[in-house]
Amino acid sequence: MSDDKTTLDFREFRERIGDIRGREYWRSLEELSRGADFEELLQDEFPRQAAPLANGVHRRDFMKLMSASIALAGAASCTPPSGKPEKIVPYVRQPEDLIPGKPMFFATAMPLGGYTTGVLAESHMGRPTKIEGNPDHPSSLGGTDAFMQASILGLYDPDRSQVVRTFGETRTWSDFIGALQPVLKEAAVNGAGLRILTQTVTSPTLGAAIRALVAQYPGMQWHQWEPVSGDNKREGLRSAFGGYVNAVYHFDKANVVVTLDSDFMSDGAGHVRYSRDFSARRRVRHDTKSMNRLYAIESSPTSSGSIADHRLSVRPSQIEGYARAIAAGLGLGAAGAIAENANWIGALVRDLQRNQGAAIVVAGDDQPPVVHAIAMAINQAIGAIGTTITITDSPEVEPVNQLESLRRLVTDMNAGAVKALIMLGGNPIFDAPADFNFAAAFDKVPFRAHLSPYYDETSMLSHWHIPETHYLETWGDGRAHDGTVSIQQPLIAPLYNGRAAIEVLGALAGGIDQSPYDAVRAYWMANGATETLWRKWLNDGVVANSALPARIASASTSIAAPVAAKQSGGFELRITHDPNIYDGRFANNGWLQELPKPQTKITWENVLLLSPKSANAIGFGDEERDELFNEKHTLQADLSFRGRTLRVPVWVVPGMPENVATIHFGYGRKHGGKIASEPSEKNPGGVDIYPIRFSDGLSGGAGAQITLVRSAGTYPIGCTQEHQSLNPKDVGGDRGIIRSGTFEEYQRDPRALLREEHEGAGEPNESMYPGFEYKNHAWAMVIDTSVCTGCNGCVIACQAENNISIVGKEEVVREREMHWLRIDRYYKGSPENPEVYHQPVPCMQCENAPCEPVCPVEATSHSGDGLNDMTYNRCVGTRYCSNNCPYKVRRFNFFHYADYDTEALKPMRNPDVTIRTRGVMEKCTYCVQRINAAKIEAEKDGPQGRRVRDGEVTTACQQACPSEAITFGDMNDPTSRVANLKKEPANYALLEELNTRPRTTYLGAIRNPNPEIRG
Amino acid sequence: MAHKDDTPVHEIRPVTQEVRVPERYLPTPTIEPGHSYASITDHISTIVLRKRTPIGWYVGFGISLILMTVLTAAIGKLVFVGVGIWGINHPAGWGMDIINFVWWIGIGHAGTLISAILLLLRQEWRTSINRFAEAMTLFAVASAGLYPALHTGRPWYDFWLFPYPNTMTLWPQFRSPLMWDVFAVSTYATVSALFWYVGLIPDLATLRDRATNVIARKIYGMGALGWRGSAKHWYRYETAYLLLAGLSTPLVLSVHTIVSFDFAVAQIPGWHATFFPPYFVAGAVFAGFAMVLTLAIPARKFLKLEDFITMKHLENMGKVMLATGLIVFYAYLMELFLGWYSGNVFERFMVHNRILGPYWKMYIALIVCNGLAPQLMWVKRFRTSTAMLFITAMFVNVGMWLERFVIIPGSLHRDFLPSSWGMYHGTRWDWSMFIGSMGLFLFLLFLFIRFLPMISIFEMRTLLPEAHAHGEEH
Repeated sequence: MSDDKTTLDFREFRERIGDIRGREYWRSLEELSRGADFEELLQDEFPRQAAPLANGVHRRDFMKLMSASIALAGAASCTPPSGKPEKIVPYVRQPEDLIPGKPMFFATAMPLGGYTTGVLAESHMGRPTKIEGNPDHPSSLGGTDAFMQASILGLYDPDRSQVVRTFGETRTWSDFIGALQPVLKEAAVNGAGLRILTQTVTSPTLGAAIRALVAQYPGMQWHQWEPVSGDNKREGLRSAFGGYVNAVYHFDKANVVVTLDSDFMSDGAGHVRYSRDFSARRRVRHDTKSMNRLYAIESSPTSSGSIADHRLSVRPSQIEGYARAIAAGLGLGAAGAIAENANWIGALVRDLQRNQGAAIVVAGDDQPPVVHAIAMAINQAIGAIGTTITITDSPEVEPVNQLESLRRLVTDMNAGAVKALIMLGGNPIFDAPADFNFAAAFDKVPFRAHLSPYYDETSMLSHWHIPETHYLETWGDGRAHDGTVSIQQPLIAPLYNGRAAIEVLGALAGGIDQSPYDAVRAYWMANGATETLWRKWLNDGVVANSALPARIASASTSIAAPVAAKQSGGFELRITHDPNIYDGRFANNGWLQELPKPQTKITWENVLLLSPKSANAIGFGDEERDELFNEKHTLQADLSFRGRTLRVPVWVVPGMPENVATIHFGYGRKHGGKIASEPSEKNPGGVDIYPIRFSDGLSGGAGAQITLVRSAGTYPIGCTQEHQSLNPKDVGGDRGIIRSGTFEEYQRDPRALLREEHEGAGEPNESMYPGFEYKNHAWAMVIDTSVCTGCNGCVIACQAENNISIVGKEEVVREREMHWLRIDRYYKGSPENPEVYHQPVPCMQCENAPCEPVCPVEATSHSGDGLNDMTYNRCVGTRYCSNNCPYKVRRFNFFHYADYDTEALKPMRNPDVTIRTRGVMEKCTYCVQRINAAKIEAEKDGPQGRRVRDGEVTTACQQACPSEAITFGDMNDPTSRVANLKKEPANYALLEELNTRPRTTYLGAIRNPNPEIRG
Repeated sequence: MAHKDDTPVHEIRPVTQEVRVPERYLPTPTIEPGHSYASITDHISTIVLRKRTPIGWYVGFGISLILMTVLTAAIGKLVFVGVGIWGINHPAGWGMDIINFVWWIGIGHAGTLISAILLLLRQEWRTSINRFAEAMTLFAVASAGLYPALHTGRPWYDFWLFPYPNTMTLWPQFRSPLMWDVFAVSTYATVSALFWYVGLIPDLATLRDRATNVIARKIYGMGALGWRGSAKHWYRYETAYLLLAGLSTPLVLSVHTIVSFDFAVAQIPGWHATFFPPYFVAGAVFAGFAMVLTLAIPARKFLKLEDFITMKHLENMGKVMLATGLIVFYAYLMELFLGWYSGNVFERFMVHNRILGPYWKMYIALIVCNGLAPQLMWVKRFRTSTAMLFITAMFVNVGMWLERFVIIPGSLHRDFLPSSWGMYHGTRWDWSMFIGSMGLFLFLLFLFIRFLPMISIFEMRTLLPEAHAHGEEH
């Protein structure tokens, strides 16, 4: 405080308003001045002007006062923000000056479910616009998933919380600090009443800060809760290894992989890496000698299961029996083994035995601990532990059984023992188990503070809500699936005055404003960093050699005796998190909402998945279903589980087991943004499944009843693809769209396999005219359908790169989604357990493009590189090109889909790509902006310039693909990867008999079934 | 003037048949006996020149105005919001916009056929219906023209489809059938308008001479371009008319041929077929005659023109409808046969999907309307019954709309890749636009029958025996 209040102290003013950002100046005088003492000061300084405020404002006085305030606010710009500069280090090179129009890349890390994945964020003039995988990071190796890609929208989301609030009223950070003081005073005496609730924490800095707090406030407790629970795995591994450990899989070393209800390629820590490792052994080229084999035993269709060579579709409760059957086959005790499919299991066991030390059995997170323990026992028996599986300490700071941790918290809250609850992230009001009655217990806590990116369900019921920073806005750190540490460096100053968890902890520790940068840097400087190392870590995005060391461990091979299962009638209910919006935290992310779910292609909501037979059993006949599905409608059902009933839309999925109903949680949000709000007709929102998620059945259980509701009429579903099979009966014959075969057949005759009986296929492309000669580049793409899991990483990457609009559920129902790249999914075989094939379809960039001659205004034309260019500003919108496109990859702006008005979204967009207006056709361009950037670079290189080298241009989809299914390059360069792939015997063009001469071609899907298992 | 405004049309019917031939052996006349130059002139010009407008006209015109309001609303919404208000989507980029366009354009064809080809073939019976049919052509083309102009995503840039010198130094794409459409339809509209107007000149002069109202006289006078009926005038007139007829004749074939290219040039199964041009032309004539019947039967009744539009006309139109209907039906069967015979999986599926796909009801209705209903015209009793003719014509009107539905969204909605299959349904804005375009058609038609002679007066006079007193020369 200034000693002399009669003079204006600019220095102090600057300090006070220094960390308020430009856009905030205008909100309120009160906020600007930060409380009463500023007003006092103001009254001292301008007594005559300030005084009337108390009794209403006169216009002139108001104007005078405002102009004075603005003048003072301007003073803030005289100093650099918050004193010390916080240097972040660019990934590739640090130019002398920022070159406008040239993006820079910075390594940082995205946390999800506690674990971080390294990313490279593309920054245009200081605004991050795109996320790429960090090739140096062990969890990414350059690949990304949909969450990572969509996180850029999360950063700019205009619905993010922007101010500290007390029950809806705007407050300031200092108000919160002030309110915290009495709580801390009390805790200093007895800390038992002070509780912190976090999600899973792997961040060493955060962990150290929490531990320091626990030491500071004796008796203080730290609770953890993550609704996408890792408890099963934690407890399973604990019973196998005698402590909380972490299993790191090396799928690149495995010849045989068995999943027990696990979707290891699209779910859980490290799945991007696992997908890459797995696919490395699955790419078949002309000289490939071996291929891995995947057996999936699962209770709902998953991405991993969809590319399995053998898949068993069983009830969730039966997985344990199958695990025991495999264990029994390996001589680990036969109790509880299931007798069904004995031949299948027998063949699998022999395959495992043949591949000692080169096989993996991986259990899914929704399976009970015992299945994890059995899986580890099997892994031990087949020599996987230490070879294909590394056991390390847990990367989590404090691995606990989170369900028990939360249960303790709730018990204490109910007992009145919790005096203050500080929640760092999470949304327990929404996502705590139903039987905890979290809201009721929560109400008994006298001081509740919630740090959260959105003003959500929990924030609304908390005394204090503090807006949380996005990972691209603040400093932090975290560990990867194998324990590797990444420093998370910010790309942009917080857009909305958010605070990081570290800052809240700093406030708890003593009310000192500790910047996250100082905290992270201080931690690492104390833990081995030097200035050089620090710079290198930031540059690389990983802390070198920080992966947790392998533990010499062996899993217990004694298997717990089975507990007799209680069987009750009805359906077995399987509840799991949503593949798009996770536990509900991404509910306000329009990109993820509109992303067709990998297996069902449904957007914007959750549905009850049933097998065709189960649907028949509840009275939903095939014919009615097909008719409704054709019109993108379905019926609803009442799902009753343990006395609670929810009304949900029914969706039939081939490959679901009988009498199993699967539904994803995360939907049905009430607060937290425009999309994540109370459902309405415009905003479907989905159904909240948490009310039937109980602590003893986090992944469901037996005894669900499903009654079809006919009286409610039909329900529209935003599904982007119906259930097309390629059954010749349904589509008039073999269309040659998916070409598939077995590895065995391929080795016998690689060409015959892919030239299946398909009329017109392989005929020479004849023309009266000589073909156009592509003298320079000839851009082309090859997509390997053998390794595509349909994970959607490419779809969102394309959306982010190319500024693609979302259209909303209503428009998806009308079949107007805008994704330039879609993943087609086809079934083959019986609907009980069909083979699934994924086929990403971007523009084929046909050399004989059917779209080009029909455009009356030449808005689409061919480039010398063979690109099928689209000139948006010439397009009048006849849609003839789309009609004539046999691949239907063109997308039309039926309305003004692009958001031209929301300020917050403007800096997000890729400045190299036009935003399309209404009435204009758009489509995949092979990321022409990237091609041109590379060509410009090449031209500048040397006096004559040079040719663009192979690998210099990566399309957004290619870059994102975790399994490296997409290859792009110059076909005219004989040494390029793409040119070589085009020579592969498995290479084929989609609808080649139309003589469109597509530049995008596919490698046929090759599976490696066990010859011992037929059919 | 001898007549009062609403005199019953002609009371003079002084006929004495000299030879009594049994009636059934007599050819059906193209004009009822007993008319003279004066009675024809009186009768037809009175409809236009009478002072008191019949209530019925007001009712009809009022309805057309209401429909025009619907059209205005539909166009307003379309321009301000976008073509998304229609039911089009990603597999089906065209829907009712193009269906209605082709439907209207098809209807227009009867007018040109009657005026031009029948003129050249010296089919006298055409005389009493040609003016009416030509007007119908013009109005149908006007209604049709709305659709290609408004169906684009950014209609304010439609002028880019015209080859005009521009700063972009860019021609339109001459390989695009839509480009050909621009020429075909604009030529068609121009020639039809000229033909119709030239044919009107002598009658405008008659109206000028007979009009009592000064303003009407001035207006008709301007339209008549100083026509005095001199032999030189007649000579030049006949030459010009024949030339225009010659110009129009290929248009009957070319316009719908080119419209069919919109589909035949594309490679969508169900579109990509070589028989489309003749199939479309026959369909257009078929539709056109059905529409002439639809309009002529009530008009003849309400305006008491039975003497001029006789049963012979109606019967002949019925015959043309039967003949073209058979061609169209043959095309339907050929489409199925070729689909099967091609051995191509996509074509075969298209045939399968036509008949058994989700739009099977449309297809069955199409066969009933266009394939079966016209077969009634084999029977003379039906051909000569206004009620049966009207019903059959209505079937054909609906059937021709269904045909375009089956071809356009019916082919687009399930093409090559099953992943992209979908459904198409018109929205209320699609229907508003369609109903509104009918409003525009009726609006123009009602103005026409009120202010212009709907039957060519001077040509009718040539039908009288007196006109042939000096032989058959023209």
